[in-house]
Amino acid sequence: MRHFFRLISCLAVAALLSACAASQPPAKRDYTAYKESKPRSILVLPPLNNSPDVNASYSVLSVLTYPLAEAGYYVLPVALVDSTFKQNGLTVPGDIHQVAPAKLRDIFGADAGLYVTISKYGSTYTVLDSVTVVAASARLVDLRTGTELWSGSASASSAENQNNNNNGGLVGMLISAAIKQIANNLSDSGHDVAGITSNRLLSAGHYNGLLFGPYSPHYGTD
Amino acid sequence: MTISKASRRVLPLLSLCLLAACVQAPKTLYQWEGYQPQVYEHFKGQSPQQQITELEKGLERIAAKGNVPPPGYRAHLGMLYAETGRDDLALQQLEAEKAAFPESAAYIDFLLKKYRK
Repeated sequence: MRHFFRLISCLAVAALLSACAASQPPAKRDYTAYKESKPRSILVLPPLNNSPDVNASYSVLSVLTYPLAEAGYYVLPVALVDSTFKQNGLTVPGDIHQVAPAKLRDIFGADAGLYVTISKYGSTYTVLDSVTVVAASARLVDLRTGTELWSGSASASSAENQNNNNNGGLVGMLISAAIKQIANNLSDSGHDVAGITSNRLLSAGHYNGLLFGPYSPHYGTD
Repeated sequence: MTISKASRRVLPLLSLCLLAACVQAPKTLYQWEGYQPQVYEHFKGQSPQQQITELEKGLERIAAKGNVPPPGYRAHLGMLYAETGRDDLALQQLEAEKAAFPESAAYIDFLLKKYRK
């Protein structure tokens, strides 16, 4: 009988633990390789585009510099980098993503490369409304060794301001206010939402996000 | 107890100051001006001269405030000068990018070697 109770209480504890585990945030990323690598400069490659909008790659590419530079990294000038690829016969992001890291390091002298993939870009129209969504994922790779240092994904939607943003706190309120303004500007809503996606994906200082770079006053504190 | 005259005058001022402090945007490392929009315009095929006009104006506003343009700003402007045949100005901007961000040296030197060929 005593054994039986012990078994039951063990099971109960195990059940409690697994219940806790299920409601916890995603596991803390391992930053060991990232911290050892200490990248100062980032080469942003033209993003792979898996969305139906042919303009997605350049639209997203043109907004990726802001969060990376504000995080404290030197970002190689994306327009010049793009034309260097073109002059070398590389016009398709898929081909550019296949170039060996060592070769990229040779030409551009960057410490790390950022490989972005766009999964969603554009508007879905319904009878009453239109919603613009941009979703992307990114990998930061050490160009000296080919090691992956970080990866993440993010999305933004023009419909976010209609949701109850009560768990987003002040930042959530600010973002939804920004989206509200942007949603009214129908000229290029995909590009505007891409800017928010890019900031969410690549700004430093949040859980499992990028670490601060050497130009940031927060460098080395995270 | 009534609020004194002085505090009646000071309180609204104080709350205005507080509001202003709230509204002020967080400090960024760089003053961006039109860099990102101009990069997008470049990819959409806008004429180099129009971008040069915008970026030159931005650079003046950045200098006037004693701030720093972001990585890539001066290199992008340099590229546009080169596209419009103003090699001396192109060189000046590329050298300025290199001086501000030594991390760009390898790539800028690679570009300069090509321009000089």
